[in-house]
Amino acid sequence: MDSSIALILTQDGIVNGAVYVLLALALVLVFTVTRIIFIPQGEFVAFSALTLAMLENGRFPGTVWLVLAGGLAVCAMEAGALVARHDWRYRARVLGWNLVYPFALWALASLVDWRGAGQLARIAFTLALVVPLGPMMFRVFFQPIASAPVLVLLIVAVAVHVALVGLGLWMFGAEGYRTLPLWDENFLVGPLRIPGQAIWVVGASLALIVLLAQFFSRTIYGKALRATAVNRNGARLMGISPNLAGRLTLMLAAAIGAISGILVSPITTIYYDTGFLIGLKGFVAAIIGGLAAYPAAAAGALLVGLLESFSSFWASAYKEVIVFTLIIPVLFWRSLRTHHVEEEEE
Amino acid sequence: MSADTKPLLEVCGLCVSYGKVEALHQAGIRVGAGQIVTVIGPNGAGKTTLLSAIMGLLPSRGEIVFDGEPQPHPDVEYLVTRGMALVPEKRELFGEMSVEDNLVLGAFQRYRRGERDYRDTLREVYALFPRLEERRTQAAGTLSGGERQMLAVGRALMGKPRLLMLDEPSLGLAPLIVREIFRIIASLRERGVSILLVEQNARAALQVADYGYVLEMGEVTMQGPAHELATDARVIEAYLGLGRHQERLAP
Repeated sequence: MDSSIALILTQDGIVNGAVYVLLALALVLVFTVTRIIFIPQGEFVAFSALTLAMLENGRFPGTVWLVLAGGLAVCAMEAGALVARHDWRYRARVLGWNLVYPFALWALASLVDWRGAGQLARIAFTLALVVPLGPMMFRVFFQPIASAPVLVLLIVAVAVHVALVGLGLWMFGAEGYRTLPLWDENFLVGPLRIPGQAIWVVGASLALIVLLAQFFSRTIYGKALRATAVNRNGARLMGISPNLAGRLTLMLAAAIGAISGILVSPITTIYYDTGFLIGLKGFVAAIIGGLAAYPAAAAGALLVGLLESFSSFWASAYKEVIVFTLIIPVLFWRSLRTHHVEEEEE
Repeated sequence: MSADTKPLLEVCGLCVSYGKVEALHQAGIRVGAGQIVTVIGPNGAGKTTLLSAIMGLLPSRGEIVFDGEPQPHPDVEYLVTRGMALVPEKRELFGEMSVEDNLVLGAFQRYRRGERDYRDTLREVYALFPRLEERRTQAAGTLSGGERQMLAVGRALMGKPRLLMLDEPSLGLAPLIVREIFRIIASLRERGVSILLVEQNARAALQVADYGYVLEMGEVTMQGPAHELATDARVIEAYLGLGRHQERLAP
């Protein structure tokens, strides 16, 4: 291998790593706030990429049906809770977000000519479709069992993932898609050819990370999510409901996933089930951070990206194997370290 | 308690069970507006259970009326919005977050309802606890026991509660700090905050309170104006003096 190949592989690794950073951050966030090991994270990536592809091709995105069904399910569950507790305080908000909003999306999806609309408009509509799936998923599947053990939450998360992959096949078909790049130009820097889309991916990831850091350190809602992660009981006593925190967290996770999907789909072909593999790589990175530390998770994600691109050069048939094998030494190292910490505490 | 004071909190026939064990049996208490009411009793009498049930942290049977509104299904988040606050025995601070972030989160529920004046409330709380202002950038987990208690009370006050429930505020604190905490509790009454105080330190609690209840084995066994309880022979023997009861407890 000469240095120019190494540079190209590094560039590839950083671009992929940037997306894994986003997913790893989302997984750490979801786990610390809700204790859910969020397997369906990758589905947001695939669904947003494929929704955008449908809009570009002038086809009706099946995501609309999912949002409608999710909204109706939330309405039914809330109605049950409202009747049982005679608690009608939130009826306007529940109906607005889960009935009016999905039908408005449906009307927009049917009436607007999305093929003729600009790329930015299509991206905005994709986000409008995919992001609400997060809070809906929390309300329907996780809120009723929010205090269950981590293992139960994990099993439900796996079930939700499997169901969503099936629905993905039904909504988008088995065909893979690439979406239009946001920036079509290429830049030559020495031996490197840097595609504009790669700059977009890295730049947008960095911007999103800064935005998230600001959200968690400066806003009351961000602090409330951190507080829930640090001390759930204390947060409840401040009136920070775990349900609100869960919905907000899954909304952020869905937004991060959807943005990741929009960023990667011009450089990778996305199928209905691609999300799982991408999410799993984010998960390996999150494990490096112990599902708790954001900077370690981000560093881990870059490591996963680089490892992936270099192993695809040396042993392309084994590239996934090599990436996922990384988890074994990491778990070993982490278990040794955790043991050490416990000793210190005693 | 004078009969004409409208109670802020009225609890009737409250029962709480852990499995088959009944931790609280037909407990009834009233807290009038602007009053300090204390519940004293030995360890394991159900004092913490009582506060947790009122706050909606534990399932209970019985009647709870807060500010004239019956609470058939007490719900923590809703009660916080209505002006109830609990400082639990474990304080439940956000240990990794700064003192100031802890305090700001005390105003979360008010912020969510559109009351965005938490900076003013923060100044008031700092005026009450100057020590917290000195330590505002420090992580809450690094504070001393007394400072943690101040932070827990200050955080609760950030929500501008009308009823503040304190669970063993003096537990594990040095005598000098205990005196400081009770001085602050007495000063809160002047701000119109009603207080329900659960204490093992019966002497200090009865000194500061208007009315008192004695909780034993999950039942209210005595009640009366605090100065009367403080002179009651049984209370003196069991909770204030060095009577037989305490000698028996000592190893």
